[in-house]
Amino acid sequence: MSDFAATSEPNVPTGQEPAIELRDVCKRFGRQEVLRGVNLTVFEGRTLVIVGASGQGKSVIIKHMLGLVRPDRGTVRVFGQDLNRVGRRGLDDVRRHFGVLFQNAALFDSMNVFDNVALPLRERTRCSEAEIRSNVEEKLALMDLLGSEEKFPAQLSGGMRKRVGLARALVLKPKIVFFDEPTTGLDVSKSNEIYRLFHRTQQQLGYTAVIVSHDVPKIFKLADQVALLADGVIQECLTPEAFQLSDQPVVRAFVEETMGRLYRSDAEEEGLYEKV
Amino acid sequence: MLAFLEKIGTETLWYLETAGRMGLFLLRMLRGIFTPPFKLFPVIRQVHFIGARSTFVILFTGAFTGMVLGLQGYYTLRKFGSEGFLGSAVALSLVRELGPVLTALMVIGRAGSAICAEIGIMRNSEQIDALECMAIDPYRYLMAPKLLAGIVALPLLTAIFDVVGIAGGYLVGVGLFGVSPGAYFQGMYSSVVWADVEMGLVKSLVFGLLLVWIAAAKGYYLHLERSGGFGAEGVSRTTTDAVVLSSVAVLVWDYLITSIML
Amino acid sequence: MKRFNVEIAVGLFVVAGFLCFAWLSVRLGDVGLFDPPTYTVSAEFGSVSGLKPGAIVEIAGVQVGKVTRIELNTEKYEARVEISLQKGVVLQADSIASIRTAGIIGDRYIDISPGGSDELIGPGGRIVETESAINLEELVSKYVFEKDGKKE
Repeated sequence: MSDFAATSEPNVPTGQEPAIELRDVCKRFGRQEVLRGVNLTVFEGRTLVIVGASGQGKSVIIKHMLGLVRPDRGTVRVFGQDLNRVGRRGLDDVRRHFGVLFQNAALFDSMNVFDNVALPLRERTRCSEAEIRSNVEEKLALMDLLGSEEKFPAQLSGGMRKRVGLARALVLKPKIVFFDEPTTGLDVSKSNEIYRLFHRTQQQLGYTAVIVSHDVPKIFKLADQVALLADGVIQECLTPEAFQLSDQPVVRAFVEETMGRLYRSDAEEEGLYEKV
Repeated sequence: MLAFLEKIGTETLWYLETAGRMGLFLLRMLRGIFTPPFKLFPVIRQVHFIGARSTFVILFTGAFTGMVLGLQGYYTLRKFGSEGFLGSAVALSLVRELGPVLTALMVIGRAGSAICAEIGIMRNSEQIDALECMAIDPYRYLMAPKLLAGIVALPLLTAIFDVVGIAGGYLVGVGLFGVSPGAYFQGMYSSVVWADVEMGLVKSLVFGLLLVWIAAAKGYYLHLERSGGFGAEGVSRTTTDAVVLSSVAVLVWDYLITSIML
Repeated sequence: MKRFNVEIAVGLFVVAGFLCFAWLSVRLGDVGLFDPPTYTVSAEFGSVSGLKPGAIVEIAGVQVGKVTRIELNTEKYEARVEISLQKGVVLQADSIASIRTAGIIGDRYIDISPGGSDELIGPGGRIVETESAINLEELVSKYVFEKDGKKE
């Protein structure tokens, strides 16, 4: 723990509890070695953003955290529990604290919006139908989706699907929320909307967030830590400010390649977020 | 040479792995049935989909199968002067063989393909991952109602098929060729025994399990398909595979059950 | 409303399916739900070749019962057949049970010819006088061989 923290997270305030810890996680699919010893720690109440070129396995990291994929080697701990050892029941207990916004929202196409959001409540709690209704409507109102309850996912626009997905992810008041490419396929104003909702709900519910995103540099404004995944390992995990100034050659190449326009577009976006 | 051996090795391993995966899938599906909370409505909905909505096609195929049996049976039996056996010939072949098998094949075409495609698309669009992340067991939530519905619906559909087929045989035999109605039914009553009905019942139960199992497993493991189970093409290819595989499985098991129970 | 329709459709389907299944098993499969009360007697035959459980038992061409079990009497090497008869049908002690064939290639059944004795066979009793199945091939070969023998 100590040597790891010293190298990768010098800028995180001490005294915080880790919510998720990946230690030396390796994974290969067939002949392709996707992860080659990933070390990563997500602290409670914080936002970690994982960036990297596409095809590097960012989503695979999230799938490890969710327990959907088992590492070939290494451990994944969530709230101190090793996901490989907790068994099926234990994994379900851990997942009770998860909310996930999938890349394409992964809404159930056979159900309307209301039932989609209500599903976790119906299947996992003993709430009465009236409680479910009020809870779901509250979440839908938060996402500005009232009036669309009866629509089916196929009738929704991309931005609306994401918002329904976010409502569903948040309906059980999770402690950790995962965002897999939350803004791909959305235009600028729609993705700003998603970021705004993310920011607002995180302040309300105080959840830990793990975001996989391409949306550099915008995403840096929401992050507490930025981790760069390249060549199967986490190259750096730093605060956004330190990340942009890092001397590490891979990070530097990434920053220069993706953020050429950072300083130009900075001004336009200044007003969008309360948090800088 | 070495490459050849390696290829044989990987092939064998792949088939073993697939077989094991399918077996485990069945076990998990069965476990899903016995995992609380138990909900009735999803099962009813699946019975509606697999059973009730297949009734029309079953009525149709059943009637024509019975009629053709009446036709063929009459011409064959007439050579021996034993038209009186028409009833038992039609009833026996329907109850023991054709009822269960043809019903299963029709349901595979109607519902098996749909089950595979539905679950395959859910896999492709991460809906199954989403279920797992909500700590909702997909086996309990998705598979168990389908399996139960398959096991409930197939025997009922088969019974409908048999009865309609017997009526179709009556129509042709008695209505068209003038076999005496008494001989048709009396021959049937005396030659069909409970063991025959039981065999049909066992077959339809097994086929119900088989077709849901194969269709659901193929869809569920879409992402592990060797030919690449991605996109619309992956779904369509896997669905075709599932239909072929479950049809073949039904015929193989038909033979096995017949040889065990006879 | 939608849910209601689904339930009605499923209800209709299940009822129809069950009716069909009930007809198959009760009328065709002879599951004894509505059968009149019966009693069991036994009979021993030299050969029951071709007789199956479920075969019909007739008196004067009228069905009065059926064969429930066939087993080998290992002491005498004879076939022991259990017959269940309708309660109202009584058998005299000297009744004869014979195995017959419907037509030349038809099913085997048991025909009982009533006797004249005052004594009756009660439940669990035994029909003593029996006539075994006629083996067509044996008859034919016997006829053929005897002819050959006479020639020589």
